[in-house]
Amino acid sequence: MAEAKLAERPVAAAGAEVLTVSDLQAWYGESHILHGINFNVRAGEVVTLLGRNGAGKTTTLKSVMGVIGKRTGSIRFDNKEIIRTTSDRIARLGIAFCPEERGIFASLDVRENLLLPPVVRPGGLPLDQIFTLFPNLKERLNSQGTKLSGGEQQMLAIARILRTGARFLMLDEPTEGLAPVIIQQIGHTIARLKSQGFTILLVEQNFRFASTVADRYYIVEHGKVIDGFANSELSANMDKLHTYLGV
Amino acid sequence: MQALYAQLLVGLINGSFYALLSLGLAVIFGMLNIINFAHGALYMMGAFVAYFLLNLGGINYWWALLIAPILVGIFGMILERTMLQWLAGLDHLYGLLLTFGIALIVQGVFQNYFGSSGLPYSIPDQLKGGVNLGFMFLPIYRGWVVIFSLVVCLATWFLIEKTQLGAYLRAATENPTLVRAFGINVPRMITLTYGLGVGLAALAGVLSAPINQVRPLMGADLIIVVFAVVVIGGMGSIMGSIITGFALGVIEGLTKYFYPEASNTVVFVLMVVVLLVKPTGLTGRAA
Repeated sequence: MAEAKLAERPVAAAGAEVLTVSDLQAWYGESHILHGINFNVRAGEVVTLLGRNGAGKTTTLKSVMGVIGKRTGSIRFDNKEIIRTTSDRIARLGIAFCPEERGIFASLDVRENLLLPPVVRPGGLPLDQIFTLFPNLKERLNSQGTKLSGGEQQMLAIARILRTGARFLMLDEPTEGLAPVIIQQIGHTIARLKSQGFTILLVEQNFRFASTVADRYYIVEHGKVIDGFANSELSANMDKLHTYLGV
Repeated sequence: MQALYAQLLVGLINGSFYALLSLGLAVIFGMLNIINFAHGALYMMGAFVAYFLLNLGGINYWWALLIAPILVGIFGMILERTMLQWLAGLDHLYGLLLTFGIALIVQGVFQNYFGSSGLPYSIPDQLKGGVNLGFMFLPIYRGWVVIFSLVVCLATWFLIEKTQLGAYLRAATENPTLVRAFGINVPRMITLTYGLGVGLAALAGVLSAPINQVRPLMGADLIIVVFAVVVIGGMGSIMGSIITGFALGVIEGLTKYFYPEASNTVVFVLMVVVLLVKPTGLTGRAA
């Protein structure tokens, strides 16, 4: 299978493999969304899933997080099989998720939102470092979570998972609907997290943004990974990419 | 004037029970999305546990205040684990019908063994007697019920609105899937929440035992009014259910003084008005 080979490609930034997804299939109720997803992520990498709307990128992240009802195949994280693990236990293994809709809680203020995810292991960012990354949040600790601007909500959604000690972050379209200056700030943040050794699995529609932070890309289409390449091979793959993404 | 104050006191006492019960209903509804019709039966069980503790074990009122909510809370958690959890995601109607059925079964069993008349439970020695406040005579036990209920209500409010555990609860009410994906065992939290709500009902049952006697149908009579209180206050708010509970007790008391004929219906008249004007209740959020 071409897809199986894809998952084994050697890569530029070669840490140990932390996430290995093979033949992942997933369903929302009756509808079969993922038809055999294969990819991997190595320690310290930023890997981006690209693809059109409805291709299955978000479902892939949700499957890894364990919040999709029915999933089959294999998801190995830190050499543990987690395909049947419940999401609270997956979180405790050190995977943190920032959902596309951001998931800021309206009945909690900013401080409570920030402190909500429990610390799952040592090594999380201390609050002062988080406030250095996101100074806006410090000013607004007592505001209601959903009173923040879209950009601030996105920062809060990222900030709250940095405290937990999880070293594997999944960010679902962190730039969606945000102003360019805020997108830039999120880009800097991702670069900074990478330099601190975080491993990041990113889902993006904004290819321009992804190209500033990603080490590798996988293309998702109709619930399968159909291609993958490193950032260094980007220019050689531009034409293909335009076809895949229809841009 | 004496009579007015006396009715106000009766109103505050009824309000205490309304508040404790509607608070539990609000907490349960928030987390489980279940309209817990078994609440009255569990309140009755609290009173019966106090009765058994005293008459079979010689365990006094003060211990009963602690033990009855725990025992009935455990019973509630077993109900949640074995039955209610399977209703998650279904329409409210299913939970309402199931808990209504549970209430009928529990009340039927107690009626079978204890009939319908009340069993006496005496006021603990420390709270016997009364004080003359100048404008009225206050039986100490009744004052205790009002103050203790208020403290418990406020403590519950504090737990939910001001602590980390409460933040988990509020967040899980909004988006249980995401809270679980942060590493919190939400199903276990739901079970404990049901236990907490049920425990509050049982506590109210113990408090009421010396005032209203211990009867299998004591909860069935009360719960109808409490549901009206919940409709008026709205399901969404903790503080709302506390304030509405006490306020409606007082309104009932005032009605007893000024127009006794309406005292049993005033709450339901208010319910109808609120339903017509603001269907989500005075403090409720839109569902």
